[in-house]
Amino acid sequence: MEEIISLKDIWVYFDSVVVLQNINLTVREGEFLGIIGPNGGGKTTLLKVILGLIRPAQGEVKVFGKDPAKARGLIGYVPQYSFFDLSFPISVFDTVLMGRYQGILKRYSIEDKKAVTDALKAVDMWELKDEPIGQLSGGQRQRVFLARAIARQPKLLLLDEPTTSIDPQIQESFYKMLLELKKKMAIVMVTHDISAVSVYVDKVACLNRELFYHGSKNKILEELKRTYTCPIDLITHGIIHKFPQGHEKDGNSSV
Amino acid sequence: MEILQFEFIRNSLIAAVLVNVACGIVGSYIVIKRITFISGGISHTAFGGVGLGHLLGINPVLTALPFSVLAGILIGILSKKTKVNEDTAIGMLWVVGMALGIIFINLTAGYAPDLFGYLFGSILTVTPFDLYMMLCLNLVIILMTVLFFREFLFICFDEEFSTVVGVPATILYFALLCLISLSVVILIRVVGVILVIGLLTIPAVISRGFTHNIKKLMLLSIVIGISLTVGGLFLSYMVDLACGPTIILVLGGAFLVSLLFRRIKVLREGHVPKES
Repeated sequence: MEEIISLKDIWVYFDSVVVLQNINLTVREGEFLGIIGPNGGGKTTLLKVILGLIRPAQGEVKVFGKDPAKARGLIGYVPQYSFFDLSFPISVFDTVLMGRYQGILKRYSIEDKKAVTDALKAVDMWELKDEPIGQLSGGQRQRVFLARAIARQPKLLLLDEPTTSIDPQIQESFYKMLLELKKKMAIVMVTHDISAVSVYVDKVACLNRELFYHGSKNKILEELKRTYTCPIDLITHGIIHKFPQGHEKDGNSSV
Repeated sequence: MEILQFEFIRNSLIAAVLVNVACGIVGSYIVIKRITFISGGISHTAFGGVGLGHLLGINPVLTALPFSVLAGILIGILSKKTKVNEDTAIGMLWVVGMALGIIFINLTAGYAPDLFGYLFGSILTVTPFDLYMMLCLNLVIILMTVLFFREFLFICFDEEFSTVVGVPATILYFALLCLISLSVVILIRVVGVILVIGLLTIPAVISRGFTHNIKKLMLLSIVIGISLTVGGLFLSYMVDLACGPTIILVLGGAFLVSLLFRRIKVLREGHVPKES
């Protein structure tokens, strides 16, 4: 299948600190990759490398076979807002329109507005389209940001900790939406949520400066349970109790 | 209304309208992007330009303009570089600009100009030339805002995401800082470098409590700004106080009253904004 992301020997430094060390990663069409790892392990940095926002000191990044900055038109991005200004003056609809931006002086077309409408309906936020973004709950806001990403009709969706500060029940519906989207695009999700990884994603990458595992999730879950060779505390980030106790093949093993 | 017969009063009123158009637009961006401190840095650094104008014997507004724009660009570069401590760097530029201004004025031979006028403003002494200058700068601000309305809003919301969707975010960030520089120049005559930030931000801060729409935010800021500036002007005339500081005190007082209004509104509607 087509290679969507290809990272080869990526090194990233902040000042003289190594943030990403020798990363090799491939994401193919139709894959749903979960990236887990501790805070400060370089997960967000990795996403920004894929977006071309951070240039690696060494190594080669190709997204859809192109330079990442040139591939942005095919990428939907849901950033993590650790701080959000609730009084920011923008409506839900206008927020999602951001995803359809075409360039300076290029007005939004009817097609753009239709794409926004479709995206808002897909995430079940159409009724709240005129609300100011700050009036929404955390889960609703996250769905708006998802809509903003998919309004671009991307072929690759990047999500940075999308379910932090969302209630567990709402998290589940959020992940179900992602499973729907997976039919149309490859997904890379950075997360702390090991139970989500065990249920919804196909592949796992375990990142703490180095990528020390990259492959099918079943294998890593087995490996974790059997041998603890991967520093389990690092990847579960102290939420080891949430780790599924049952077998890892199907969807009823979360919390 | 017998005071309206004086030409300087009429000029001041026109100035009050003109400055608040700039303040309502640019101040809204400053408030939602949270760059008040950066704007303070620009306005104080611009004082160096005022001093230079005195030294060279030309209208200080003319020298303050390039100085202010340069300060905006320099501060923009400093705030983009994560390696230097942004706050400290801006603080440094801030005081160096002020010091330069005072040194330039000291070096000016003969008559020592009224420093107070530039530090705290003197809306009553605006000349027709100042008004034309304000009008031109306002037109530039309005034109830029109309052209890049979406882009400015996007970069205030999230510069990185803007870049991802194809907005030239860094260039527009600098353009926004230049708009702040232009507003500072407009404002120096009216409230002076020290009080610029008050008139730039307080109307927008007040308005933000009452709308979630950027266009309405700008319009409301302009209306509130004009009313309070004119109110402050008349108050200073009646009680015979310096008008720049009086205007700022009126703005500050109005902000407190608006907080009270919002409290009451929240209590009445029994509705508190949700978690952050």
